[in-house]
Parts: sequence; structure tokens; C-alpha cells
Amino acid sequence: MKAARLSVVAGVALIGLALAGCTGGGSGGSSSGGDASQNLTGKGPITYVQGKDNSNVVRPLIAKWNAAHPDEKVTFKEQTDQADQQHDDLVQHFQAKDSNYDVVDVDVVWTGEFAAKGWLQPLTGDFKMDNSALLAPTVKSGTYNGTQYAAPQTSDGGILYYRKDLVPTPPKTWDDMLKDCDIAKANGIGCYAGQFAQYEGLTVNVAEAINTNGGTIVGDDGKTVTVDSKQANAGLSRLVDGFKNGQIPAEAITYQEEQGRQAFEAGKLLFMRNWPYVYNLAKTDGSSTVKDTFGIAPLPGVTADKPGVSSLGGHNAAISVYSKHKATAFAFLKFLQSEETQKFFVTQGSLAPVLSSLYDDADLNTQLPYLTTLKTSIENAVPRPVSPFYPAITKAVQDNSYAALKGDKTVDQALKDMASAIQTASQG
Amino acid sequence: MSASNVVAPSSTNQSGKPPVRAGIKKNRRQQSRWALYLIIPTLILLAVVIGYPVVTAIVMSFQKDAGLDPATGLFVQGGFAGFQNYAHWLFQQCMGTDGTTIACPPGNLGSTFWNAVFVTFFFTVTTVILETVLGLWFALIMNRAFRGRGFVRAAILVPWAIPTAVTAKLWFFIFSVAGIANAILGAHILWTSDEWASRFAVIIADTWKTTPFMALLILAGLQLIPEDVYEAAKMDGASTLQRFWRVTMPLLKPALMVAILFRVLDALRIYDLPAILTGGGGGTGHATTTLSILVIDQIRQGFNSAAALSTITFIIIFLVAFIFVRILGTNVVRTQEAQQKGAKE
Repeated sequence: MKAARLSVVAGVALIGLALAGCTGGGSGGSSSGGDASQNLTGKGPITYVQGKDNSNVVRPLIAKWNAAHPDEKVTFKEQTDQADQQHDDLVQHFQAKDSNYDVVDVDVVWTGEFAAKGWLQPLTGDFKMDNSALLAPTVKSGTYNGTQYAAPQTSDGGILYYRKDLVPTPPKTWDDMLKDCDIAKANGIGCYAGQFAQYEGLTVNVAEAINTNGGTIVGDDGKTVTVDSKQANAGLSRLVDGFKNGQIPAEAITYQEEQGRQAFEAGKLLFMRNWPYVYNLAKTDGSSTVKDTFGIAPLPGVTADKPGVSSLGGHNAAISVYSKHKATAFAFLKFLQSEETQKFFVTQGSLAPVLSSLYDDADLNTQLPYLTTLKTSIENAVPRPVSPFYPAITKAVQDNSYAALKGDKTVDQALKDMASAIQTASQG
Repeated sequence: MSASNVVAPSSTNQSGKPPVRAGIKKNRRQQSRWALYLIIPTLILLAVVIGYPVVTAIVMSFQKDAGLDPATGLFVQGGFAGFQNYAHWLFQQCMGTDGTTIACPPGNLGSTFWNAVFVTFFFTVTTVILETVLGLWFALIMNRAFRGRGFVRAAILVPWAIPTAVTAKLWFFIFSVAGIANAILGAHILWTSDEWASRFAVIIADTWKTTPFMALLILAGLQLIPEDVYEAAKMDGASTLQRFWRVTMPLLKPALMVAILFRVLDALRIYDLPAILTGGGGGTGHATTTLSILVIDQIRQGFNSAAALSTITFIIIFLVAFIFVRILGTNVVRTQEAQQKGAKE
């Protein structure tokens, strides 16, 4: 009986083995140079893939394109609103060499990984984009190893929200801001908060502190580790000291964007680093107690003549190497970057444009008063590392800086560990 | 195979009627062949849905993750890795800059493996004990006849009917800094970021959610215990406590062990509740990272290493189940028979 049972198990395993042989692991990233040189002139219907269209701008936009291009219609494939799921969905379709994912919307932090896997069509030769009208940092976020792989379509940058009823002029430097913390103390509220919970937002905030002080996390190649430096130390120390001295309230260690916004709207914070989306909510939310008493400013820097360096948010659009109609896909990329589309994005969906000129548009500025501040933020922004090992880098940054913020580790030790964790990741 | 073993000696003993015996033998062989044909579709299905993924994962776990070609900046296949992926997890071996192995630094997922093992087993032991004790208590209440019993039963089952993701989000709000938990306790606990507070947050939420499951399984066991054994015990002058320890517990044991086995296996692979409630964070960032959360984290950094980790997890859970069945004598299949026998006696 036992032998019979064993042979059944063995049989199942054998058939499984045979099936496994069919696909041969199927996970590796083969660099298929061949696909990037095919279907360059193909025209025809394409599919555009993007996460959930929360502000309902993509459908009307595609309808407009389709009316003008009846033979090259675009179909919209909408993914979920969870970034991780969008990422995994794209990875699966690329691995299957799916030719139906022609143009894909990639988060700025995925660009390096997808480019290194050979899944994105390099924007060179016939596909060279004209980037002259764009804000320079956005182009950098789509560039890996000196080659542009993705076209910026929306951007985002951090700005400083402050209580103008308590602080008449916003601080230009971090040190000035800390001086204003006495005002917060006198009013019995917290001084400053950003996003310090252990998630992607922490990487954004730590990268901002490091970049503002002149440090970097990795070099331009996306893998040379540069984080164990004096400048980076000065940057991270600011946040650590902020927590230690109570200028950043202890509960801010649990804050993501929304908790910070709620605390600010409830009048519990003097300063907050957050994204522009907070502006309209803080103005209109029924529960907001600061509707008329808050202002915005660029992030504080080290010296008064240079504002702080924001991390760059936003999304890029890229062409899949497996697309059959790349000429159409390329035309669609240019359409996404056109002034008309960018204006539509910002007016309908409050998505920050990548075109520099729109930030100076008088009409838009009356409608969205934060645009000038945001422009300063994005112009001075630095993209998070465009690296194929980004998930490991952000993990290394989050784990070690979080430990430092909590006081479990010294800043020196945190940066040293961060550096060697990034190092080991890029060794495979 | 077993058929021929049984038949062979008996046919030599009673050599008087060989043709009949041979007929039976042939018949049996035919039957077993038919049985094989009939279960082949099931075997193929099992191979496709269970064998294939398990075998693929094991094959992948011996491959290196893709590395960068320094010249092009593109990924290339990593090649055969031997036990390197396993050593990465079990012994925290990472590749240093010059190709030598070094201990994985903090911030590398490899360095958190044993922590994840501890967290997983800690959750399993505490939640299963809590849920068993509370579940037994609930079941004893639900097993009584009293007014409003239907209502109590329904009320106890409500938490179990709520999807885990919703439960996790619910407790996420309860445990937020300005949430109701701190308001009631009058405390200022950072439930989702403090090391032990976050662990207890997960344990409390999981106990709240899964105790009804235990209660239900134990209740099913309780209802199989016939009323007359209690009457007999009463006649003999057994006290309430004695009846519980000498009558209820022994007769409940088979059902209880199965329920505990289910819960242990379930708890060992817990993912959704901590993933949503704390994101696996807390403490230095790993206070609630269970093995399953670690696997998912690793998948985004490299499939092959993740395959090794999931194989390790699979073996751990398998070993625990094996120990349970062998040492503690839980027999999932035989329990029902035993209970029916118990009911007859």
C-alpha cells in the first residue's frame, strides 16, 4: 500500500517535472536586442495600459485621438489602482512578450528595471523625442544608462504647506524652519511632518533630505553606491534630530500622506511636506480648520538662495519592444506630451504637467494657485534612483533610515548598512 | 500489489480450488487496473495544479537571479546557482563587491529571514492558544440551550464572515494613533509602528477574526457527544469540573486536534492580515514580517531567490504538519470514524 502511494506521488512529481521543463524557469530577464529593431514603422490599432483612471482624463483623451486617427485607434486597458499590482501586471505581460501592450504607463521608479530587462523601446533614432520644452528632471527620470526609454507624461513634486496665520513669511531654509518651531510650541501644536511611515514615502522624504544637502544615494549608472557620504549624513541627521528634539512629533513616524494631511487640516501641524493634491482638499474639505489660514512655499533648502530638492513623482509613458505598431505608438507618446493634452491633464485631473510653459500660464495659475511653487519644486527636483534594482534600493533606504529615525541606530551606522545593502543587491 | 501478496499464500494453503482463486486474482488485478485508469485524470489534474508549480519553484530555486551585464546595462540570465539561494536565506550569505560572500547587511531581505521565522511561529503559537481557549469557551456557551441562543451564535460568527482584508482595514482604523483603541485606553500607543504593540495589534485582530472558526469546529465536536454520558456522570456524582475534564475533553479531543491543526497550518502562512494592518512593519521595520510577506517582498527583487524562500517555507509548514500528525496523533481521516464510534458507545 505504501509503495503504491509513493508511486502516485512520484508520478505526480514526474508529470510536474515534465511540465516544468516546457517553460524552463521562464523568469529570467533575457536581453532580447532583436525585438527593439522590429516593427519600427508599423502602424495600426494599439493599446494603452495605465492604472486606474481616477480623475477620468484618459477616456476622453483617447476618444479625441481616435476621432482623428480612425485607422490607428487606441484601446484603453485600465489596471487596478494599486501600484504593486500594476507593476506585477506589466511584468507578467512583458515576460509573455505580449504584443497587445503597446504603450505602457510606468511609474518613474520602474523605468530602470523595465529598461534593463530589455522591455522598453529605446527612444533613439527615429524615435528620438524633442525634450526641449520639458522640465529637465522629468526627462532624467525616464533615462537609464544614458539612453531615454520613457517619455514623461505627468510629474509631481513636494511642497511645503505652512500656517500663514502663525508664520507670516515661510522659512527658506531648514534652520529657519526649526527656529519657527517655538511658535508651534507656544501654540501647542506639532512643528513639522512629512511621510515617515515605513513605505515608499519614507524613501521620498529621506532622498529629499539627502539630495538637499548635496548627497546622492547611487551614482548616475544606477548602481554605484554613493550614500555613505558626509552630505548624506548631514541630510539624514536633520530628520533624525527633528524626531529627537521633538520638532517632528513622535506620531509622525506612522504618517503617510493622508495622516499628515488630516493632522494639518485639523490644525495640529505648523509645517508639512506633502504633494500638491493636498491643496484643493485643505481648501474645500468640510473638516479642514485651516481653509483660509494655510499657505504654500518651496521646500526649505540649506541656504536661502536655493530651495530644497524634492523627489520627483509622476509617470512616464513607454513603448513596449514587443509592440507591432511602434510608429503609431510613438505618435501617441508625442500626443501625450502635446500642450493640448498636458493642459487637459492639469485642468481636468490636477496632474502636474511636464511642459515648462504651462506653469507660467496666467489662466491656469488662477485656477490652480500652487503651480508657481510646484514649478520651483520640480525644476529643482532629483528623480529617485533610476536603477534596475530599485526595489532593493528603496528597501535598504527604508529599513535603515527608519531604524535611524526611531533612534535604534546611529546615522553613521544606518548609512553604512544602507550602502552595503544596496551593494549586495546590485551584485545579484 | 497488496492484492497479490494476500492471495499468494492463501492459494498455496488451499490448493483444492485453484481455478476459483485464479479467477478472483485475475478479477482483482483487473479491478485495480480499472481503478488506475479511473484515477489517471485526477492524477494529471493534481500534477498540473500542484505538482507543476511546486516542481517549477524547486527548479527555479537552484537558478541565480538575473544580473546586469556591465557593458550594456541590461539583465542577463544568472545561470545555475547550486544551494546559493538557500544559503542566502538560511545562513544570511550575500554577495559582496568582489564576488566573495559576506553576511547580509540590514536592509537586505536575506538578513531578516530568521526574524520572519520567529514572527511567524510567535503569531502561530499565541493566536492558536488564544483562539483555542476562547473558541472552546464560545463553543461551550453556544452548545447550551438558553433563550436567544440563535442570536448569540449569529453574533459570535459575525467576525468570521467579514473578509480578512476588511477586518485588517477595520483594525487599522481602530489602532491608528487617533483611533478608538488609544481613546479607550487613554494611552498614546503607536500600534502600527512600535515593535511589540504592532505584534499584539496583529494578534488581537487575528484572534478577533478567527476565534469563531475555532468555536464552530469545536461546537461541531461538542454536538457529537451524546447527552447520556453526561447523565451517567451526574448519576455517579461527578462535579461540573470533573465532567468537563473527564467527559467533555477526552471525547472532544479528536475534533479539537483537527481544529488546532487547521489553525496552525493557516497561521503559519498568514499574509493578508499583517500585510494590510501593519505592512509587515513595526519596530525596526520587521516586527510583523511573516514568511509569506517576506516571499512577496522578495518576488519583486528576484524570482529565483523568492522560489528558494517559498520552498523553505513549504518545507517548514510541511514538517509542522508532519509532526502534528505523527506525534500528537491527529488523524484527519480517522477522526470522523472515531467520533461516530464515540457517539455509539
